[in-house]
Amino acid sequence: MNTEDLLPPPETPYCELCGLPLQPLSLHGDAPKQEKDDGGDAPPSFHHARCADLLQLEPPRFCASCGRRLRVQVSPLGWWASCSRHGLHAS
Amino acid sequence: MTNSPPLQDHSILETARRQVLEQGTGLAREQLLDVLRLPDEALPALLELAHQVRLRHCGEEVEVEGIISIKTGGCPEDCHFCSQSGLFDSPVRGVWLDIAELVKAAKETAATGATEFCIVAAVRGPDIKLMNQVKFAIDRIKQEVDINIACSLGMLTRRQVDQLAGWGVHRYNHNLETARSFFPQVVTTHTYEERLETCAMVKDAGMELCCGALIGMGETVEQRAELAAQLAALEPHEVPLNFLNPRPGTPLQEQQVMDGKDALRAIAAFRLAMPATVLRYAGGRELTLGDLGTRDGLLGGINAVIVGNYLTTLGRPATADLNLLVDLNMPIKELQETL
Repeated sequence: MNTEDLLPPPETPYCELCGLPLQPLSLHGDAPKQEKDDGGDAPPSFHHARCADLLQLEPPRFCASCGRRLRVQVSPLGWWASCSRHGLHAS
Repeated sequence: MTNSPPLQDHSILETARRQVLEQGTGLAREQLLDVLRLPDEALPALLELAHQVRLRHCGEEVEVEGIISIKTGGCPEDCHFCSQSGLFDSPVRGVWLDIAELVKAAKETAATGATEFCIVAAVRGPDIKLMNQVKFAIDRIKQEVDINIACSLGMLTRRQVDQLAGWGVHRYNHNLETARSFFPQVVTTHTYEERLETCAMVKDAGMELCCGALIGMGETVEQRAELAAQLAALEPHEVPLNFLNPRPGTPLQEQQVMDGKDALRAIAAFRLAMPATVLRYAGGRELTLGDLGTRDGLLGGINAVIVGNYLTTLGRPATADLNLLVDLNMPIKELQETL
């Protein structure tokens, strides 16, 4: 397998909590290569459902467009997050 | 006076009623351990007693505060619970907040009815750059917002304590976090004694001491009782009570979230240790207690809340807590000068 097969296409969105792609990475239907099975009940494909739950009490940590780590500022009534490539977004 | 349910056959509750409620003397360490070991069926009576203690010795008002980080991440210390340590592989990146945003946040916080605004920095202790930033921020906030300013900037020198007091900081936060006997398992880059030194200097300088706890880090109930007694000995004006929210990348990331009933027992125990202290809901309560537990804690000894978000994580919407206070017929404490 070519390593390029493991790279997500440019438009693939990323999880804002864990920074991993929301879509499977392989073009051959395999499990996402960057995700680890934690040995729990849920397969890796369900990890982002947990992330979505956790994001109710977390600001985003990773850019949804490119997966880069965000600079995040939380204030009592809001937050903003900044990606070096994709700019600022706020609550 | 609220009608209390029968206290069942748990002698520590009768002791606490006489000693704490009627005489205003907090429980000692061994007594607190008895409280923390009470079975689930005694929890409603315990919470009711703690609530009565709060009403009698603190009043019905609730103090509301907002907190904000002026310098996030990159801390050289290794507090194992903290996502802002630069020593761990945490997703939290370093950020400095500019003064205009800080003032805006103070205005928004004051608009909720809050009387306290705490400026926090993730540092071992402040350097000259941070002290200058804080002074500038304090001056600007005092010009534009009616709110008490508190700070939490790590360990201070005597000169820094005096500077902050002189600038009008009315309360300084420096937590013990955990019991002395458990502290070395949580922090290795500074000592318990260093924390106590800053706390003592803050009180000497005439600022109110805010000194809190973070429970649910794997400490035993004995250590929880030890912590409550050690905090009581410091006689802080305020104790913020945090519950561990395990942070990705930190050494405590796999720690189980604390059981809600144990958290409520701890709230009541801290109230019975410190009957007249401001006992504030702080981080982690959403995860540990949820909405129902939040209400139970406010009826079990808590008399202050951090409104809205925390330093790096989000809290309940401010309106949810403010509406809950209305539902519970608990008025928000109004602003008053303390210095």
